[in-house]
Amino acid sequence: MDFGTLLQILDTTVRLATPLLFACLAGLVSERAGIFDIGLEGKLLAAAFFSAAFAAVTGSVWVGLLAGILASLALSLIHGLASITFRGNQLISGVAINFLAAGLTVLIAQSWFQQGGRTPSLADDARFQEITLPFADAFSGLPYIGQSYSELFSGHSLLVYVGFLTVPLVWWVLFRTRFGLRLRAVGENPAAVDTAGVSVVRLRYAAVMICGVLCGLGGIYLATGLQAGFVKDMSSGRGFIALAALIFAKWRPWYALFACLLFGFFQALSFRPDVVETVTTVAIPGQLLDALPYILTVVILAGFVGKAVPPRAGGEPYVKER
Amino acid sequence: MDVIPKWADAILIPLISILLAFLISALVILAIGEDPVEALMLMINGTFGNSAGIGFMLFYATNYIFTGLAVAIAFHARLFNIGGEGQATLGGLGVALVCLSLPWPHWTLALPAALVGGAVFGALWALIPAYLQARRGSHIVITTIMFNFIASALMVYLLVEVLKPAGSMDPATPRFPPGASLPQMSDMLGLVGIPFSSAAPVNVSFFVALLACFLFWLLVWRTRLGYEIRAYGHSETAAEYAGISPTKIILIAMMISGGLAGCMAINNVMAAERLVLNSVEGAGFIGIAVALMGRSHPVGVLLASLLFGFLVQGGAEIDFWTNIPRELVIVIQALVILFTGALDNMVRMPLARLFLMFGRGRSGGAT
Repeated sequence: MDFGTLLQILDTTVRLATPLLFACLAGLVSERAGIFDIGLEGKLLAAAFFSAAFAAVTGSVWVGLLAGILASLALSLIHGLASITFRGNQLISGVAINFLAAGLTVLIAQSWFQQGGRTPSLADDARFQEITLPFADAFSGLPYIGQSYSELFSGHSLLVYVGFLTVPLVWWVLFRTRFGLRLRAVGENPAAVDTAGVSVVRLRYAAVMICGVLCGLGGIYLATGLQAGFVKDMSSGRGFIALAALIFAKWRPWYALFACLLFGFFQALSFRPDVVETVTTVAIPGQLLDALPYILTVVILAGFVGKAVPPRAGGEPYVKER
Repeated sequence: MDVIPKWADAILIPLISILLAFLISALVILAIGEDPVEALMLMINGTFGNSAGIGFMLFYATNYIFTGLAVAIAFHARLFNIGGEGQATLGGLGVALVCLSLPWPHWTLALPAALVGGAVFGALWALIPAYLQARRGSHIVITTIMFNFIASALMVYLLVEVLKPAGSMDPATPRFPPGASLPQMSDMLGLVGIPFSSAAPVNVSFFVALLACFLFWLLVWRTRLGYEIRAYGHSETAAEYAGISPTKIILIAMMISGGLAGCMAINNVMAAERLVLNSVEGAGFIGIAVALMGRSHPVGVLLASLLFGFLVQGGAEIDFWTNIPRELVIVIQALVILFTGALDNMVRMPLARLFLMFGRGRSGGAT
């Protein structure tokens, strides 16, 4: 395998890791506040569809962006209503949201576009274009460093850079601001936060809404960056891989980045079975690479390699004493 | 606490939740510019208009009874088994291996053997998440989700690389021997002189599913094990104090759950007479809606399964005749899960207030 092939695979890794990263950070904010969210998949899908649909109709990717975020927020609101206001089961709510998105996107797509549950292909203006970083072309002749710069770091769409910048942002908000401290506290011991006179309900809604925005960005990237338009079930389990990455990362932002890159790398490899075979000299079935994130997560959850401890109040509705 | 009488809890609340789910579904149909009443009539005519429609409804319902009971038994132990899909997939593998292993002379021998094969494979697939929950504290919801994906990857690998007959392009097992084909409903009803379409794949498995409902009731409410499962589900600490081992209950409840999901394969896989990719078709997830709607009681599960059998069959009809795709059923399924599962309190709290206002004293004895 030459350096060029490696760069190609890493470049694909970055692209495939981006939607995982958005969804993973979204789940991180929500679960740190004590609201389990297995509805990430549904939010990715809903945002992907509405961004593609509105971008296709208006021809503007920014209108698509707005529509995608609003769609994801709407599902977040349902999740908040069910799990915070009505103190229902957060896991069941998440399952419902996944199915709601899977069904509604196809239903509406069929009604609007009559193309069997997909949107029309997006023209260039309706997508996030690849950005060439300064001097990328000038440096591309330089071996290794210049090549990496122009092929790996340059040439991604805006949302990829936003995704990677969201990691330090989430870290800073969660661990360096008062809001973040309270948000984490509400996921560990909501009664203490309540006693301190801070509204548990408001904090948790804030977390769920942030989750909605971030997850929405992931879905928007799927439909307007990674691909050009929406197809039925296009999230194809990414929300669950993000969930796996979140556990793998033990609910920490920087670890989440590496987990998502790792799982993105597996996905990139499953596109290149030829490369895998020449490097390992044995034929590894692509299905094994597909299943690897899930298997690794089970191993991590089993606690054989380090222990993943979720936020203590996660999944529990908070009942104020009367 | 318990201001809502038992009958209202068992019948009224699910009924209101389902009505809400259907109301919103009707609004969705209106919003995409179709007529909900017309859609409903199409669904009813397409299902009850001829015996083939009824046959398909019962065929789907058979699947959902098994997966619904699977989710329900786990609910009784307060475990949420989202892994029905994967367990039913593995059950399909078990059934296929049993059917292919011998030249079965007659279905009366093949069916019990296949039932055991499906149940064992499903139960073993549930055992690993159960063990991890009981002994390592890994959250069973997450592990069962992961096991669904692992099951589907495993099945693609097995069907494409291992079980596919040489020279075939189709990722499926060879056809089962003729002795493993189950008697159809049309054959059985034909014996007593009732004409029934042979187009629908409904078969003797439907009666196995009914039997499973009865055995489920017997197990949960008439045996010591059932009592222990329910006790553990109500209060883990109290159950432990009473000498019930949490590890044992988690393992057994999940294995019964996985086994029931695996049993579904006698219906879908044996009727198809070979194992194909994605043979479960979401039945494992519909089981969640069915169990929630049926309040984890076999009678409720049976009724909810029939309703979902109707919805899926009717959904195929409106997919064919109108511009409403069959994904409408997924939306209804989502709304049923949302209202009967997650938004339960939204219906319960106002209802409790009503009963407090009007029914005080009369409902005092109910628990």
